[in-house]
Amino acid sequence: MSSEQPRQQIYDSTAPSTDTRDSRIGEGADDRFNSKLREAFGSTPFILTKFDKFMNWVRGNSMFMLQFGIACCSIEMMHTYAIKHDLDRFGAGVPRASPRQADVMIVPGTIVSKFGPRMKRVYDQMPEPKFVVGMGSCTISGGPFQEGYNVVKGAEEIIPIDIHVPGCPPRPEALVYGIAKLQERIRNGESTPVVVKPYELEEFGDLPKDELVQKLADDIDEEDLVMRYNWADSP
Amino acid sequence: MSTGLEREPSVEVTEGDLEALIGDRALARDDHLNAPGFVIRPDDVQDVLTDLRDEAGFDHLANLTAQQYPDRYESIYHLRKYADPTQEVSIVVPTTTDEPVSQTAEPVFRTADWHEREAFDLVGIDYEGHPDPRRILLPETWQGHPLSEGYDQEKPQLVTLTEHANPVQPDHHDDESDTMFLNIGPHHPATHGVLHIETVLDGETVVDVDPDIGYLHRCEEQMCQNGTYRHQIMPYPDRWDYVSAGLLNEWAYARTAEDLADIDVPEYAQVIRTMGAELCRIASHMLALATFALDVYGDFTAIFQYGMRDREVVQDILEDLTGQRLMFNYFRLGGVAWDLPEPREEFIEKTRDFLDGLPAKVDEYHDLLTANEIFQIRTHDTGILEPEVAKQYGCTGPVARGSGIDYDIRRDDPYGYYDNLEWDVVTEDGCDNYSRVLVRMQEVEESAKIIEQCLDLLEDWPEDERTVQSNVPRTLKPDADTEIYRSVEGAKGELGIYIRADGTDKPGRFKIRSPCFHNLSALPELSEGEYVPDLIASLGSLDIVLGEVDR
Repeated sequence: MSSEQPRQQIYDSTAPSTDTRDSRIGEGADDRFNSKLREAFGSTPFILTKFDKFMNWVRGNSMFMLQFGIACCSIEMMHTYAIKHDLDRFGAGVPRASPRQADVMIVPGTIVSKFGPRMKRVYDQMPEPKFVVGMGSCTISGGPFQEGYNVVKGAEEIIPIDIHVPGCPPRPEALVYGIAKLQERIRNGESTPVVVKPYELEEFGDLPKDELVQKLADDIDEEDLVMRYNWADSP
Repeated sequence: MSTGLEREPSVEVTEGDLEALIGDRALARDDHLNAPGFVIRPDDVQDVLTDLRDEAGFDHLANLTAQQYPDRYESIYHLRKYADPTQEVSIVVPTTTDEPVSQTAEPVFRTADWHEREAFDLVGIDYEGHPDPRRILLPETWQGHPLSEGYDQEKPQLVTLTEHANPVQPDHHDDESDTMFLNIGPHHPATHGVLHIETVLDGETVVDVDPDIGYLHRCEEQMCQNGTYRHQIMPYPDRWDYVSAGLLNEWAYARTAEDLADIDVPEYAQVIRTMGAELCRIASHMLALATFALDVYGDFTAIFQYGMRDREVVQDILEDLTGQRLMFNYFRLGGVAWDLPEPREEFIEKTRDFLDGLPAKVDEYHDLLTANEIFQIRTHDTGILEPEVAKQYGCTGPVARGSGIDYDIRRDDPYGYYDNLEWDVVTEDGCDNYSRVLVRMQEVEESAKIIEQCLDLLEDWPEDERTVQSNVPRTLKPDADTEIYRSVEGAKGELGIYIRADGTDKPGRFKIRSPCFHNLSALPELSEGEYVPDLIASLGSLDIVLGEVDR
């Protein structure tokens, strides 16, 4: 049977017709589908590895970033995503608008008291395993605004951070380096030590009844989530 | 490209006229460096402001500064005219410490609404008759007023998380009208940062919009009040409007402080400042365009990346000039930090190359964006902002010029080297989202013209006259109780600063007049009664930067 004519019904062999493919790419297996990786494996299509190790490798090479703009650093973050720096080259590209689709959150800017609980909520909405890159001095310590009455002294007061990228703002190259370092850590299966976080979301009713809580008792429901900032304990 | 509109000649109002107009209501005079000041009683506010607006033509409430002295609170209304911003008057309203109650100015100027909320929030003055006396920048549950005297910032604070209830929960439906309450933001791709818009929808129509700001309130005013005039304040303006508009913002501080301390700036430095500032304006408008395309088309691939491509070039040039990509810290009081980078020819050539390529790029944007039918349908006749309404809200910059208000501080209250250069103020009278985009695109071309002329000047400047800084004392201590309000044309509009000196080397009060704050406050006017997607387009066309809205 010639493959020039479409096969209307099967009347001799039921084996798949390979004539066209053979005439295009020659005899034998099609090496378009064979990667460098496949070559490295040699003749066998099987590899033996630990599943954890494989998963870490996969995670490190395919990271979805959360589209999360806060302040000045987000401008440099946008430049990191855009042409010239093109973060996508490193397998850490497309920003996702929804936290539920994201693996990595870049915190690009100053966290203030009003935004703290919201950032915590966005972080909580991301599926495990999740990673955080703190971008810029503000996420390390509050940066130039550290002495402000309203500024959280570093994003780590609220969520755990894997990689800090210093700078005000860091250059896109620095952010790319930070993300490459994060990928390296993920591939090696290193996780962030869980820090004791001073600022947690709590139900208002669970707070100790101190002066501040009593003053606000009329305005806030018992079940409302609140975040209590103990500024005096901040670094 | 030029305006086509005739500017109405504004009648010069002399101090004598003002004295006669305010008459007995003036308790005393309290002149500022920029304007005559009149002290009035707290219950005369509406009366005096109405007279000044209707009789003397002061139709622009540029700013409201609230501050606390040891013995009193004070609200200062800075008035000027859209037709001629060099005519200014300050109305000072003192109130007692025990009972800081002052009459609201909201019925006279709509923009006083947000300003008085901010004054209540940060300083603690109550405005009697205010339609919406809530906090604006800090959370509702905040205790104390941080810019008032004796505020203890070590005290703990509680912040609630209530707005994030599920928006489609049945209890958000109103039984009678079947409307739905929807939270947009604070983490949302279309809000350009951390803005929270409380929206009430009837079907797909927006019934009510309430922008909730303060998610990036970084205490910029407090930071500036803690810094010394000479060097410690200059880095902060970069971080107000952080969309590469750094030099424009730095100029606002430089201009105010130089006028306050009477510092001269060498002409050569003024040319460099003008060039740098216009490069920043191009970068800023490019981002406005790129993100607007992102909002309207959801187009991350073409126009957004084109905008970013062009910004990269500008940022490279600015990096060569200042040493940083985004936070330049390049201006000094009395000049700039250093001369053009060596080799000069190379820098000038690089900048010229960029300017030569710009017209083709602008054409490309017009092909992709403004000539596109979808874009026109989305933006034409949506987000209407009538000029009278814009004035009520104190809108300036491309937003005002898109509504046909011919107001540009660079020309009307000249500073720098703008006076000696050939360029036009761009206005469009469509009043819609489309006009605002057009104004920005044409302003890019005007900025390019200015830069080109500056480059010519810099190239031929005699080598022994290239003074980049004048002599400025190491420590600046302006006389106590001198007060000044000065503004420049930032990327988003009139960016002004009020400083009160208290005799030390740090400002006694530092108040920022942010153009985005005013432009954003007009959002309900633009979007109520329109569809949700038009709300997003309107927000994009206002081109707000939350760092500047919240400060």
